[in-house]
Amino acid sequence: MRKKPIPNVAILSKSLTGIEGLDEITSGGLPAGRASLVCGAAGCGKTMLALEFLVRGATQFGEPGVFMMFEENASELCANVRSLGFDLETLQSQKKIVLDHVHIERSEIEVTGEYDLEGLFIRLGHAIDSIGAKRVVLDTVEALFAGLPNHAVLRAELRRLFRWLKDRGVTAVITGEKGDGNSITRYGLEEYVADCVIILDQRIREQISTRRLRVLKYRGTPHGMNEYPFLIGAHGFSVLPITSLQLDHEVSLERVPTGIERLDEMLGGQGVYRGSSVLISGSPGTGKSSIGARFAEAACERGEKALFFAYEESRAQIVRNMRSVGIDLEPWIKKGVLQVHSSRPTLQGLEQHLVTVHDIVRAFRPDVVVVDPISDLTMARDEAEVKPTLMRLIDFLKKEQITAVFTCLTSGGDATSAPEDSQISVSSLMDTWLMLRNIEFTGERNRTIFVRKSRGMAHSNQVREFVLSDKGMDLVDVYLGGDRVLTGSARLSQEALERAAAALRAQNHQRKLRQLAGKRQAIEAQIAALQAEAEAETEEVHFAITQETSLERTTQRNTDAMAVFRGGAGTNGSAKEPN
Amino acid sequence: MNQIARPVQNGGSTATPAFQLRLYVAGQTARSQTALANLERICETHLAGQYRIEIIDLRKTPQLAAGDQILAVPTLVRRLPEPIKKIIGDLSDEKSVLVGLDIQLART
Repeated sequence: MRKKPIPNVAILSKSLTGIEGLDEITSGGLPAGRASLVCGAAGCGKTMLALEFLVRGATQFGEPGVFMMFEENASELCANVRSLGFDLETLQSQKKIVLDHVHIERSEIEVTGEYDLEGLFIRLGHAIDSIGAKRVVLDTVEALFAGLPNHAVLRAELRRLFRWLKDRGVTAVITGEKGDGNSITRYGLEEYVADCVIILDQRIREQISTRRLRVLKYRGTPHGMNEYPFLIGAHGFSVLPITSLQLDHEVSLERVPTGIERLDEMLGGQGVYRGSSVLISGSPGTGKSSIGARFAEAACERGEKALFFAYEESRAQIVRNMRSVGIDLEPWIKKGVLQVHSSRPTLQGLEQHLVTVHDIVRAFRPDVVVVDPISDLTMARDEAEVKPTLMRLIDFLKKEQITAVFTCLTSGGDATSAPEDSQISVSSLMDTWLMLRNIEFTGERNRTIFVRKSRGMAHSNQVREFVLSDKGMDLVDVYLGGDRVLTGSARLSQEALERAAAALRAQNHQRKLRQLAGKRQAIEAQIAALQAEAEAETEEVHFAITQETSLERTTQRNTDAMAVFRGGAGTNGSAKEPN
Repeated sequence: MNQIARPVQNGGSTATPAFQLRLYVAGQTARSQTALANLERICETHLAGQYRIEIIDLRKTPQLAAGDQILAVPTLVRRLPEPIKKIIGDLSDEKSVLVGLDIQLART
């Protein structure tokens, strides 16, 4: 994270502090060879900032330093910063740092006549020369005002001191107690140290304290003007932004499956982009955590590393509860590819949480991070305050190409009150937004899911039913019939109804066909009978005709025979009758 | 101490003088000369034979400044008798020097 020196030395040479974030805000550190004033109320971290500036200088930038303290003594200071990993004793023995405790006991001191602070100059000069110091801290030089009377002399001497420091070419940090009212410091040190003034502030809201840093002025250089939250964490001082202020992270075309096949289908068939941020929002009990957990599990199954931040459940509870929906996280935890960090969101301030996240992410280097839920972080906070901090976290994760899943509890009720609008401000930071909703109908609640947005990919516009069972989770098409959306058993019964109706219709058709066939047979039989009748009649007619013909012939023959016969006996009788 | 030890005016006794004083100065400035002259005068007047003065020039031995927590110069340190007392300035006000050294009470 440490930045290389920024190449604007020609304009104003700067001295990197090595303090996370501060070098970004000041675009390169404090003015080199000059004095900077760090002021703030008691306990807001002035000494820590000054000391870290010195330690980083000595250990990272090869600039030894002198720490002249007026309040704490050396052994107290050493003990105080040991927990941050600063080993001042060793640095002292390596001649990288000199600690000098200037102790003024007012009750021991009597003043008679004129004096100056040459003794302090000599002391400081000696300390600087003894290790070739490039950096000097005076913490808190104002203690002199309490220890010595005659402030006019003191002021003149301080003015001389700061000029002297400049002449020596050391980069100095002077700390000063915050003054009452509008004054920056109690004794007006800002009059003497005019190149760079940094103000630290600690404030308490909703019982959670946050510390802020602001660069009040920095001559001859652009600097961040805002108030930035800062923390004193396990690795020292860090000012958010921990990441760069630019939106210049690389993007990936690689897609990451969500672990739910049909959800991937809804997201253009392949899931989300690597390094993108996914928001899963919904009212209580809609299955947000389960999707998050499945996401993590799927990452582990792919051989990636996943990090799960839980702000509502303990690790054991998550493992147990997720098992009930067919997600077994335990083996992955044992294998070391999944880390679950549970903590109460109210335990620390938002910034502290984010720094914790940073620290853990940097140590563990996961591919997927699940935060469940971010709404707990934003609890009782201004969204306006939360958004920038969250933005920094998202930026950081993007830069590291880590896919992030944030669940978010929506405060709105059910489908009726448009709960999707309760997370508008956070959602703009997200690339993909999945919404879960409960639909209550005919005495049951069912989960539905849809993709509210998904940047840079074709995604489904369909509402799906989201089914959680001990076999896992699946998405089912909802029943869309008429003007109704049915889910759950209503969907099932509707489907059963439809099936029954379809079966009935099919039977009806069969019956009709059968009837038709029967009729046809009957008609055909009739046709056959009629044909047979016709044939029979034809035969009869033929028979009659034949009979008549033969009768006729027989009669003729008889007549002829008669005639022959008659002609033989009574010849000519009738034959000679006139014709 | 490698400093100019002023002649010990302890009335011949080899025992440690009751008042051990150190005067820290930074170079031979007019102010340090004044301070020294004032100191010697006061000591001679009030502590004859019971004191010893060490002068430490921080320009020559800057490393000694931290030991007695010296910031301002000139500073007079009463190392003995305890407790340690410090008087800052050119010692031009005899009264407050005596108060600072806790001498007046001893004398009266």
